[in-house]
Order: sequence, then C-alpha cells, then structure tokens
Amino acid sequence: MKQGAPSKIALNLSLLFVVFLILFPVFYIVQTSLKSMADVYSGSFFFEAKMMNYEEIFTGSRSNFAELTRNSLIVSSSVALICGAIGSLAAYSLARLSWQRWVAGGIIVWLLFINMMPPIVFVTPYYLWARAAGIYDTPAAVIMAHVVLNMPLAVIMMMNFFAEVPKELEEAAVIDGCTQWQAFRLVILPIVRPGLAAMAVLVFVFSWKEFLFSLSLTTTSAGRTIPVGIANFVQEFNIRYGEMAAGSFVAMIPALILVLLAQRHIIKGLTVGAVKG
Amino acid sequence: MGLGTLPPPDSSGRLKGVNWRSRLFGAGSFKLWALLPLLVVLVIFTLLPILQLLQMSVSELEFVEGELVSEFIGLGQLDNLAKDPIAGIALKNTLVFVVAVVIIETVTGFCLAVAISRTKTLSILYRSVVIIPLLIPPVAIGTMWSLMYDYNYGLFTTILIELGVQYPPLWTADPDLALISVIIVDVWHWTSFMFLIMLAGIESIPPSLLEAARVDGATELRAIRYVILPIMAPTILVAMLLRTILAFKVFDQIFVLTSGGPGTATQVISMHIYKVFSEQFRLGYAAFLSLMVAAFMFIFVAFYLWASRVLRRRFG
Repeated sequence: MKQGAPSKIALNLSLLFVVFLILFPVFYIVQTSLKSMADVYSGSFFFEAKMMNYEEIFTGSRSNFAELTRNSLIVSSSVALICGAIGSLAAYSLARLSWQRWVAGGIIVWLLFINMMPPIVFVTPYYLWARAAGIYDTPAAVIMAHVVLNMPLAVIMMMNFFAEVPKELEEAAVIDGCTQWQAFRLVILPIVRPGLAAMAVLVFVFSWKEFLFSLSLTTTSAGRTIPVGIANFVQEFNIRYGEMAAGSFVAMIPALILVLLAQRHIIKGLTVGAVKG
Repeated sequence: MGLGTLPPPDSSGRLKGVNWRSRLFGAGSFKLWALLPLLVVLVIFTLLPILQLLQMSVSELEFVEGELVSEFIGLGQLDNLAKDPIAGIALKNTLVFVVAVVIIETVTGFCLAVAISRTKTLSILYRSVVIIPLLIPPVAIGTMWSLMYDYNYGLFTTILIELGVQYPPLWTADPDLALISVIIVDVWHWTSFMFLIMLAGIESIPPSLLEAARVDGATELRAIRYVILPIMAPTILVAMLLRTILAFKVFDQIFVLTSGGPGTATQVISMHIYKVFSEQFRLGYAAFLSLMVAAFMFIFVAFYLWASRVLRRRFG
C-alpha cells in the first residue's frame, strides 16, 4: 500500500498522541506515588522524588500492603494453577476426544454465559457458602470465586491451542503403546506448553485485578487482596494520595510486565467470547 | 472416533453393563475423567448458586447471632422492588451508561483499528501500549482518574485554573457531570477491547480488495467507507453486542470514583445490588435482584450467540 509521506506522518503523530493519552494516567500515578503530601498539595510539576509512600504502605503501622500482597500472590497463583490443570484437561477432552456435539457445544455455551454474566449475580450465594464452610475472610474463599470466573477463559483458550495440534501425533503415540493419558501428558501437553503458559499468566493477571469478590468475601487483611486495599484509601476522609498512588502502581506491575511479553496468545485471550465475525 | 478400543465382552455378556463399566474404567475413559473436574466445578459453583438464588429470592434472610434464619415469603420481594425507587434509577443509569460507552467505543475502536492497521514500523509499539488498559486493575484505573479529577489537587483543575477558568468543574462530585466522568474513564479503559476485535476483522480483509479500490482511484476515506465498512459490518455488530453485555458488569471503577454518588447520579445495577447486600444487608432482596439480572442477561447472551452465528453464516 502506497501512502504519501505527509499522510503517513500525520497518521503516526495522531497515533503517538493516543499512546500519550493511554500512558499519561499511568505516568501521573507514578509521579504522585513519588510525591510527599506537601508536594501533592502544592501541585508543582517539579519535586524531589521520594520512596516514602512505598515504605509507608509496606511497613507503616497504618498500612497492610505486605499482607495484601501476600494474599494476592497466594490467590492469583493458586487460581492460575487450578484453572491451568482443570482447564487444559477439560479443553483437551472437549477439543480432541470426540464428544457428541451437544455435549461439547453445551459446555462451551455454558462457559460463555458465565463469562458474560455480571459477577454480582454470584456474590450472595458465594457469601453464604463461604460463611457456612468457615472460609469467609480467607484467601480460600477468594480462590473459589476466581477459579469459577476464569474457567471460561482457561477452557476456551486451551481448546484453540489443542485444535492446532495435528491429530497424527496422538495417533502415533497410541500406536506406540501410549494410553490416552500418556499421549496427553507426554506428547500433546509439551507441544501446547507456550499456550498453557500464556493462559496461566493471563488468568494470574485477571485474578490479580479482580475486585468484587475479593471485597465481598473478606473483611480484614487476613483475606483481602491488593485491589481492596487500594479502594479502602478512597473511602477515607483524608485521602492519602501518595500512598494510594503507590499502592495502585504496585497493583499494575504484573500487567505492565505482561505487556512487555505481549504476544498473539494473550490478545486472543483478551477477546474470548468474540466469536469471529 | 475416539482412540479407545472396544472393550472385551464381559462374562455375563450384558452389553449395557460393559458399556457403563468401560466408559468409566476402560481404555476410552480418559475422555470422561479429563472432563469431570470441569463438570464438577460447573455444577457445584454455577448451577447450584442459581438454584440457591431461586430459593433465597422467595425468602427473607437474616443473621441472628451468626445463624442464618430464613423465612418463606413467596413473591414478597416484588413488594420490596415496588418500594425501592433506587432500582429504577440504577436501571436507567446503567442503560444510559451502556448505550453511551458502546457507541463511543465502537467509533474510537474502529478508527484506532483502521489507523493502526496501516502502520508498519511503530505497529508493535502501538499494539502493546493499547492493550495496557485491559490488563491493569480497574480499581487502579479508578484511583488514577480520581487523582486527575480531584477538585483540590487534581490535574484537570490545576490546568483549568492556569488557563484562567474561575470555577473549574467538579467532575465526579457534580451530579450532572458524574455519569459523564465515569463514561470518559470507561472509554479510556475499554476502547482497546473494541480495537482488538476490529483489528482482527480488518486484518482478515484480503489486501487485494483495498488494492483494487485504490487502483480504481478511491481515496483513503472512500476506501474505508465503501470497502472496509461494508465488509466489517457483521464484525462491528457482533462486537457491539458483546460490548453491551460486558458493559452491564461495570462496578469496580464506579465503586472507586463515585460509589454510585453523588446522590444516585452514578448508581448502576451492580452497585445497587452490592449496597443492598453489604450496607442494608438484605440478602433475600439482593438475591432477588441478582436473579432478575441473571434472567435478563441470560436472554441477552442467548440472543448474542444466536445473532453472531447467523451473521457468521451469512457473511462469514
């Protein structure tokens, strides 16, 4: 496609402006997180950067980010592991092991429903269950909810990956005397490992940023995750802007790392449910 | 066919028993065992909650000294709904919000997709940056924007005062501007989603078509209008329906930015149910509202799946 040089420059300039619009709020929050309260009040653009807000949220007596980060890490990695295991087994079975169409189709439609349902729908029953099971206000309750929320993504993403593996590979493995489990474990799984990793990472990030269930199923820092801690800042009478910004930036780190590794797989996972038009 | 081999006939020769047993333990049983954990999760954690919602919404629930006490009230929650003026406001706000963000994000997402599909060298930069809003926690998006909207120290106020504006807007604290402020944040957050779907659509258009249009002397704008748009129409429609469904979920940013206020200016459905549940602690009524939302979304999602299938068949 040939384009004139001026229009090309105009195109890139406007896109660079879009990049600026997207990155600016992130930059603004990093800047605020490095400001002392006095610098925030004065609103000055030039100031002496300090790490005090980060120190305060992790070690200060009024903050509990150390515990929240621990909970977030426990929750997100457990959810990624559980969704990875259950999701890839189910996806393999659905994509490759010749279920009748109504079974496979029914399960996929069901998963899409869960993916699209406003999560608030499940809040009241999960709350009662968590209390009845004695896991209210623990990471276990949050893990339970996040596994359900992320299962559609896990299964549908993995089904796409399994569908790309040539059928001959399993057939050869079975002829060589593998059971179906061995063919899956030793032949197919290693092939889709990059896809599995992308799925697990994406599930980790989605669990990491989830707010509603972390809020509803917990009440102290014994079970709360980082997003709930950040939201608490906003509800205080005197907002500690610097600390709020520092907490928000900590919460963004997994996402920013993921963008650096961004690949095709992750983009596919972000638009699950958008059946190709 | 599956890879499992036929089981040997068992001594009694009853075929049914053989099938049952071989399905569970035979060579082909892996297919079932691999699917079972997912089925267990789906039945226990998605089907049972819906049934429980049904049961809860015909009851009045209360915690008395830590014990859940439930009283059957039949359709009594309908009276509660009639007595709840905020439910109607929340529905109205949600509809305004959804319609506004879907229309705006369709336009911005489409323009962005057309523009980025034409870049080469910087394409990777654009594509990576654009997905950032979809990955960072919505709560952090809320705090970022509330820092910028802040009336005392926020960026917008500072700039407007520098420019000589005497009374800069209050943004999220102004009942007339609050919903618009929330919509602006949502556009920042979700344009990328529409962009990703549209970009996939544009990239699947054969380059020869655009080439032909250009050879025929079509300008850029005319090529977009007469080649890209008609081909993309089904994709755009599907993306709009999907975004509509997802927009009904909105909660996190509103919780951080306004908590539904000022007054009820940004009260949306999820926010309202959450308040009924956590502040008024009316579990039965919250369950009733949840069930209504679930039923409505169920119909909408079914329509979406049907429509996207039809469109794909007709134009795909």
